[in-house]
Amino acid sequence: MRAFEYASPKQKQQVVELLGKHWGDAEVLAGGTDLLALMKDDIVRPKRLINIIDLKELHGTTFDAKAGLRIGALVTLTELSEDPLASKHCPMLAAAASDAASPQVRNMATIGGNMCQRPRCWYFRNGLGLLAKDSEGKSLVLQGDNRYHAILGNDGPAYFVGPSTVAPALIAYGARIRLFGPKGPRELPLEKFFVIPKAEGEREHDLQPNEIVTEIVVPPPAANVRAAHYEVRQKEAFDWPYVTASVVLQQEGDKVHSARVVMSHVAPIPWLSEEASQALVGKAVTEATADAAGAAAVKNAKSLGRNKQKIKMAHVAVKRAILRAAKGEQA
Amino acid sequence: MSDREQEGSAGVSRREFLKISGIAAASMPLIAGPAVLKVAGEDVAIHGPDKTPITLNVNGKNYSAQIEPRVTLLDALRQDFEITGPKRVCDRGACGACTVLMDSKAVYSCSVLAIEAQDKPIVTVEGLMQGEQLHPVQAAFVENDAQQCGFCTPGFVVATKAFLDKHPHPTPEQVHRGLGGNFCRCETYDGIRKVVSQLGKA
Amino acid sequence: MPEYTWPEAGKRTFIGKRISRVDGPLKSSGRAKYTYDIVRPGMLYGKVLRSPYAHARVVSIDTSAAEKMPGVKAVHVVQGPGKEVFWAGDDVVAVAAVDECTAEDAVRAIKVEYERLPHLVVDAQEPKSGTDSRGPLSKTDLLALIDTDASDNQVIQQIQNRGISFQATPELLGQWREQHIKEEILQALQKAEVKTSSETSDSSWYKVTGKQTQGDAEKGFQEAEIVSEGTYGQPVITHCCLETHGGIAEWTDDKNILAHFSTQNVPGLAEQLGRALGMPAANIHVHQDHVGGGFGSKLGLDRWGVAAAQLSKKAGGKPVKIMLERDSELKVAGCRPSAYARVKIGAKKDGTLVAWESYSWGSGGVGGGGSPPLPYVLNIPHQVKQHTAVVNNIGPARAWRAPNHPQACLITMSALDDLAAKLNINPLELYRKNIALAKPREKIYLEEFQVADELMGWSSRWHPRGDKTPGPVKRGLGLSLHTWGGRGHNSQCDLTIFPDGSVEIKIGTQDIGTGTRTAILMVAADTLGIPMEGIKLLIGDNSYPPDGASGGSSTIGGVSSSTFRAAVDARDQLFATVAPALNAQPADLEAVGGSVRVAKDTSRSLSWREACSKLGPHAVTVRGKNPGEGELTNSGVGGVQMADVSVDVETGVVKINKMVCVQDCGLVVNPKTAESQCLGALIMGVSYALYEEKVMDQATGIMLNPHMDSYRLAGLGDVGELVVHMMTGPGYDERGVIGLGEPPTVSPGAAISNAVANAIGVRVPMLPLTPDRVLEALENAAGGRA
Ligand SMILES: Cc1cc2nc3c(=O)[nH]c(=O)nc-3n(C[C@H](O)[C@H](O)[C@H](O)COP(=O)(O)OP(=O)(O)OC[C@H]3O[C@@H](n4cnc5c(N)ncnc54)[C@H](O)[C@@H]3O)c2cc1C
Ligand code: FES
Ligand code: FES
Repeated sequence: MRAFEYASPKQKQQVVELLGKHWGDAEVLAGGTDLLALMKDDIVRPKRLINIIDLKELHGTTFDAKAGLRIGALVTLTELSEDPLASKHCPMLAAAASDAASPQVRNMATIGGNMCQRPRCWYFRNGLGLLAKDSEGKSLVLQGDNRYHAILGNDGPAYFVGPSTVAPALIAYGARIRLFGPKGPRELPLEKFFVIPKAEGEREHDLQPNEIVTEIVVPPPAANVRAAHYEVRQKEAFDWPYVTASVVLQQEGDKVHSARVVMSHVAPIPWLSEEASQALVGKAVTEATADAAGAAAVKNAKSLGRNKQKIKMAHVAVKRAILRAAKGEQA
Repeated sequence: MSDREQEGSAGVSRREFLKISGIAAASMPLIAGPAVLKVAGEDVAIHGPDKTPITLNVNGKNYSAQIEPRVTLLDALRQDFEITGPKRVCDRGACGACTVLMDSKAVYSCSVLAIEAQDKPIVTVEGLMQGEQLHPVQAAFVENDAQQCGFCTPGFVVATKAFLDKHPHPTPEQVHRGLGGNFCRCETYDGIRKVVSQLGKA
Repeated sequence: MPEYTWPEAGKRTFIGKRISRVDGPLKSSGRAKYTYDIVRPGMLYGKVLRSPYAHARVVSIDTSAAEKMPGVKAVHVVQGPGKEVFWAGDDVVAVAAVDECTAEDAVRAIKVEYERLPHLVVDAQEPKSGTDSRGPLSKTDLLALIDTDASDNQVIQQIQNRGISFQATPELLGQWREQHIKEEILQALQKAEVKTSSETSDSSWYKVTGKQTQGDAEKGFQEAEIVSEGTYGQPVITHCCLETHGGIAEWTDDKNILAHFSTQNVPGLAEQLGRALGMPAANIHVHQDHVGGGFGSKLGLDRWGVAAAQLSKKAGGKPVKIMLERDSELKVAGCRPSAYARVKIGAKKDGTLVAWESYSWGSGGVGGGGSPPLPYVLNIPHQVKQHTAVVNNIGPARAWRAPNHPQACLITMSALDDLAAKLNINPLELYRKNIALAKPREKIYLEEFQVADELMGWSSRWHPRGDKTPGPVKRGLGLSLHTWGGRGHNSQCDLTIFPDGSVEIKIGTQDIGTGTRTAILMVAADTLGIPMEGIKLLIGDNSYPPDGASGGSSTIGGVSSSTFRAAVDARDQLFATVAPALNAQPADLEAVGGSVRVAKDTSRSLSWREACSKLGPHAVTVRGKNPGEGELTNSGVGGVQMADVSVDVETGVVKINKMVCVQDCGLVVNPKTAESQCLGALIMGVSYALYEEKVMDQATGIMLNPHMDSYRLAGLGDVGELVVHMMTGPGYDERGVIGLGEPPTVSPGAAISNAVANAIGVRVPMLPLTPDRVLEALENAAGGRA
């Protein structure tokens, strides 16, 4: 790791002022579970670290029948998974949080950091760039081993997949993210926070170098909401998944009134599938409709070579998450 | 002023740092110690990039040294304070060998900076001993042969203790997830499962 | 003349009993000190700048900036301009500084210019025929060969067989002599035939061996009524020792080195380091108390180890510690060779095996891998086989538990399992029918089949290929068998009985986690009739009597035999001294329960202490050796394993329900730690069967997954129920002590692959059995049927 200077201010205004205007000058330190690894691998080289852990207002959760569930950016994944408010109002979110990484990671990892964590693409992590091009500008991912890479949103030049397994759960619940920067606060739907970079040097988040995530707000769930999450993951625990699917269904009688289907590890960003929701709306959930929604979710998917089977996995993950949700199973 | 002031060294000079956000130093101490900047009307201490005084509370004792901010809790424990129970194996938060308790919670000490671990009580595998007596988890590791080379053992012992504190009577599923954050290459998982079932009996 | 035979079952106090490992408390309390943990006074930290390229020539190196940095104490060029590096991660420059951060900064400040050369880092495709260039060895070929694990004999053989493509001029030989290339090799070069053919390329990626035959394969296949064909394989995997490779070297004066190294080879390291530095082994003191895993990868000395000593010299003798970073560990500190094979088996309709044909290939880095012993265990009458070594730039091969066996086992047992499916017979029956081909261990296997059958419920639960129950989750059973040598290596043990009754043992061995300390103490205490705590054991130091490296399951047989002989001799000397006091002949005495007494009249007895006090003022020291008189250790074990798996055919995820391991290793000294070996081997097997793969990128030449979240290992929840049964008692014990570290690691891959095939009705040809590979195999099969 390269040397840096370190500060741990108490006010978000100070954080913003201490951050740089350019990526690379300074980085925000939250739980450190991803950032320190990136620095050890010399992928990011901040000259200054601003630890935000002392920002009191970024801790804790609150619930309000009108505003919904507010989750401070510094709430850890452990806290979230054990939080009575989250468990009551967004049980699938709590389950997704408790299923991510390991207990030791979850004890440090914050939800804000989880949204901002960087891709696990092995070309990126080996210092070959987020877009991983060779000296002639050709994609190393396309030439090389892309078994874990994107099957959707993969027209290039970005082929990595977004790493968070919690973000899709939040997006399925319709969460919004709040940021704070030099111009004050701003808020956007969480799915809009994730962007597919077009050029090297761009990041995969709609975040300015001197902005921070302050909180995430999940709107109060409507009645008759059912939600579930499914991961195709090889190991029992502590393993990056091949694909995940998070589903929130709003029922009307035995029919689906509306649905949000979000996949992760399929695209550079969490993938909100309009196609899958349309396949469900107005129908009762059965094996057949769930399967049709799974098929719709991957209708536009394409293989990069080695990752062809992920298309099938995503199809199955969506189908199973829908069936779980309909049955009232959580995780 | 530091000897890293020099251009071209791998460290970056303090002058360069201060340019980042265009904030002027309120005061710059001449002796080692944090610089202080006035930011948004209040003083903020800026540590490093050179060594800065750090005090850790480990196993009930205070340890102090001059340490760069970039040094992890794990490396500070091992290299500055010679507390070598926690092991450096992956150094990326992916194996569990460096597990310690911080504020009573199991964390990977390779993924925490020493400077942020100040004021938080740290317990390592050494600190679980009750005098010369092994902690029940440690004793159960011996009894169930839950160790071969033993290199993963310190981290696994601490993780197991934290897990059992939280789940005194765990289900197998809880065990798989709850102890999933530690790897053993001699593959002593069967012994560790026996440890948990021995100590986790209702 | 004393008789060196292991005590019978009824007369053992410790041997054969479940004893907790003696260093357990030290390890579980975190007090055990590994090389990584040692902090020497004034110690410097070393770091190595490594080649980013898989194959390149060093053009220039500029270390001036690094040298000027405060805190940097020494810089040593490991491979200077002109040198060729053969894998990404190869050592180029080493630096020592006052702390790790400074050393890392210094490494970053070094500028190296490389000329990139063509590389090959992948190996899964079958090499096209005609790629054989068994032409003469070029300089590059030769240096690459020497740099790997190839033995001197192998190198000399290659020189003799192939000739060389360059002139072995005195200048060149002198230069190489300075680089400590062995004299025997230089002599072979002088005698070698020089073939300067114009078509000789500098080196070739593929080295094909000659065809090996047995019987008449062509005739065999004509006689066969059924022929089954398939392609099987497993990629390169790495050892991933949790304690990375490395050590601390310090010059205690200008002639002597003290070396703390993480090694499986305390007794051999001084010789290796001495040769590299051109100094006497006698001046190198090696010490190690504990080692955090080796698995075969810590038998030799590495460049970084030599560099630590050279840096220490430059820094005025200060201790220099170099421990590899995790990514370097995975990149350069060991790859188990891959092995792939196209196999054809011919059999009679009743399952009688007739003929075998295999074209195998595999990579072990620049030296090429060893070739798997095919067909494995069952010596099929008619055979033809050929192996191609893929010589590529992935880092050096190293022994990995049971070198070449897991690969041979996977290829053979998968092929046999596919044959059984084609014949529509239970594979257990196929093995039973052909077990005569497993000579001389057929009886062992038959007995083990029976035990495994019962423990797994094989006969009642086995179904033909393809679980027909509804739903996406399919369950299946698989089976495999294996063998290994495991004779005890050369070992020497000094055992001293002091007049006050205390006992000390010194052996220059090491305990790599297999329970060596515990076993030595058990054998000695059993023989002397005193508690284990009454014996002080000293190991892990080359000032103790020389022992062997801990590799190839040779330690337990070696140390138990030397310790036993020493204890018997020391005890007999004691008997001779005290016999008069007990009014008996020495031969009438026994040492039991802390006393020395007359066997037939136990009322005539002295406490151990009293007996020892009769020794007079001087302690008795005897040396026990292995090999020596009596048959205390032996070679050749058999093992059978079964796997029960569930496979989700929609997601491709394989889960282990249960593994059964039935293993013989002669006389089991400590069943507790022996079972741990087997349990550990099963889990390591699950890990390589399902998860592990060193993923290489051909475009850049680098390893893509050098960290532990991407180089995936089995976790505690992934391994299912594990059942181990050790074959002991009559028929086993009297064979003597045989090693156990290797054999149980051999079968899991094959057993699991066979269980998956049994569950889903389709062979997944390549390990690891990841979801994408499982789905692909299903898709291919469905496509084939359509
Ligand atoms: C082995 C391993 C396995 C894992 N498995 C999973 C998994 O299954 N699912 C999953 O979702 N995650 C997984 N993770 C990732 C883990 O959840 C993230 O590392 C963690 O959530 C990041 O949070 P943090 O607080 O530690 O962030 P940090 O490491 O502190 O920061 C990460 C990034 O976010 C930025 N950042 C942090 N907080 C803010 C903020 N408030 N505002 C602006 N920027 C900010 C930092 O500058 C940095 O760029 C795994 C991690 C590891 C090491
Ligand atoms: S060393 Fe910290 S988790 Fe591996
Ligand atoms: S005991 Fe060796 S790594 Fe766990």
